Amino acid sequence: MRNIILFIRRFFTFFMFLVLQGLSIAILVKYNKTHEAVFSNVAGQITGKMGKQYNNVEYYFRLKETNKQLEAENARLRNELLTSFEGPDSTKQQKLDSLLQDSTYKVRVFTYLPAKVVNNSVNEENNYITLYRGRKQGIHPDMAVVGPDGVVGRVIMVSDNYCRVMSMLNHKSGISAMLKKGAYNNGVVEWDGKDASIVVLRNIPKTAKIQKGDTVLTSNLSGIFPPGLMIGQIDNFSIEPSGSTYNIKVKAATNFFTMQYAYIIDNANWNEQKQLEAQTPKN
Amino acid sequence: MSTLLKNIIRFVLFILVQAFVLDKVPPLHQYVKPYLYFLFVLWLPFNMSRISLMIVAFIFGLCMDYFTGTPGMHAAPCVLIAYIRPFLLNVLLPQEKTEFSYIEPSIKSLGWAPYSVYVLILAFFHNLYFVLLEWLQFNDFIFFFSKVIATTAVSMLLIYVTELLFQRKAKFRTNAA
Repeated sequence: MRNIILFIRRFFTFFMFLVLQGLSIAILVKYNKTHEAVFSNVAGQITGKMGKQYNNVEYYFRLKETNKQLEAENARLRNELLTSFEGPDSTKQQKLDSLLQDSTYKVRVFTYLPAKVVNNSVNEENNYITLYRGRKQGIHPDMAVVGPDGVVGRVIMVSDNYCRVMSMLNHKSGISAMLKKGAYNNGVVEWDGKDASIVVLRNIPKTAKIQKGDTVLTSNLSGIFPPGLMIGQIDNFSIEPSGSTYNIKVKAATNFFTMQYAYIIDNANWNEQKQLEAQTPKN
Repeated sequence: MSTLLKNIIRFVLFILVQAFVLDKVPPLHQYVKPYLYFLFVLWLPFNMSRISLMIVAFIFGLCMDYFTGTPGMHAAPCVLIAYIRPFLLNVLLPQEKTEFSYIEPSIKSLGWAPYSVYVLILAFFHNLYFVLLEWLQFNDFIFFFSKVIATTAVSMLLIYVTELLFQRKAKFRTNAA
């Protein structure tokens, strides 16, 4: 016993080193697994506040760009107004589930909540964004985030007034996507860490006919994202030498450099879907 | 200004500069990421015990982590360089002196060449470990190798610029202090 204590005392510094290293790695691993950091609430409040201060300055310099984006979005939305169409509106996409309802009665599934971007990174290997909207405003993890032009990411952590978003520019983003043209080929969008305006689309089979400029949309398989949101356009593609899938580079529709506003999308049926999927099939 | 106060100010400044200036610089290339914040650990006073050195480095790294949203990622390399630092200083400091006559490592207290070696080795170890942690999440050896070298080169450049811009007065340690 005495020897053990002597041993520990002799190498106390080294043990301390190991303990602190272990602690760091534990925090890192835990964070990556559950997307919830220790003290994330308090720390999120403080860093969020500082990010907001910084953004107050940055925002001013980007006003022109932001205005242009919002203006373009307004124009697009006005085009989709019912008054822009004549006769029965068959072009409008119905984003609703076939619930036990009268088919003329529409049920709202997706709600868009505007949020200010207060902190944003594009040059890390894994990028995250902080938005000024949190638990008190009804945000919870796994909500989709889109910008004026296209998909941005997914909420992973929430504090009282801020939320942390895993950007599409993240190796772990894994957004479920499909091609607009042709059969609904489903793939996964990730980032390879190289260029902040290019993301990678994987798992599209070789049999699909694709060409440069094709539109990539969110698919109906993700559950988090409403189907048919713009992700980007195919920039170039190659066939993976040892596989049956394409390796597609997609030019992201969202400009992550100048993003100032984003919309958080609440899926009213998300909890129900998740609970059902969590159950094990009985037969 | 007392050493404690000076280091508290440095603590805040290094984090703010890294989080709001260097991390906001548009990326030149995937491999070229400017990291300067760990210079705080390199500038800590000589007379700190190794335990407190590591604890300070851990807290510093963790604070940095909350700005980038990756808890643990900066803390681990900071603890590592805080652990290596005393060994390195033992080798680099002039052996004939029985006690250190300066408060903290700087060009003046160590001399140009030893200080460069000191900075280079610690910057290398920091970036090696940092990129290793990043790399474990996605495998690509060329990425790992080139990024360590590129980031270390950028860090060295930044550290020299910092040293030239902010010439710290190398104070002698006195008994009165």
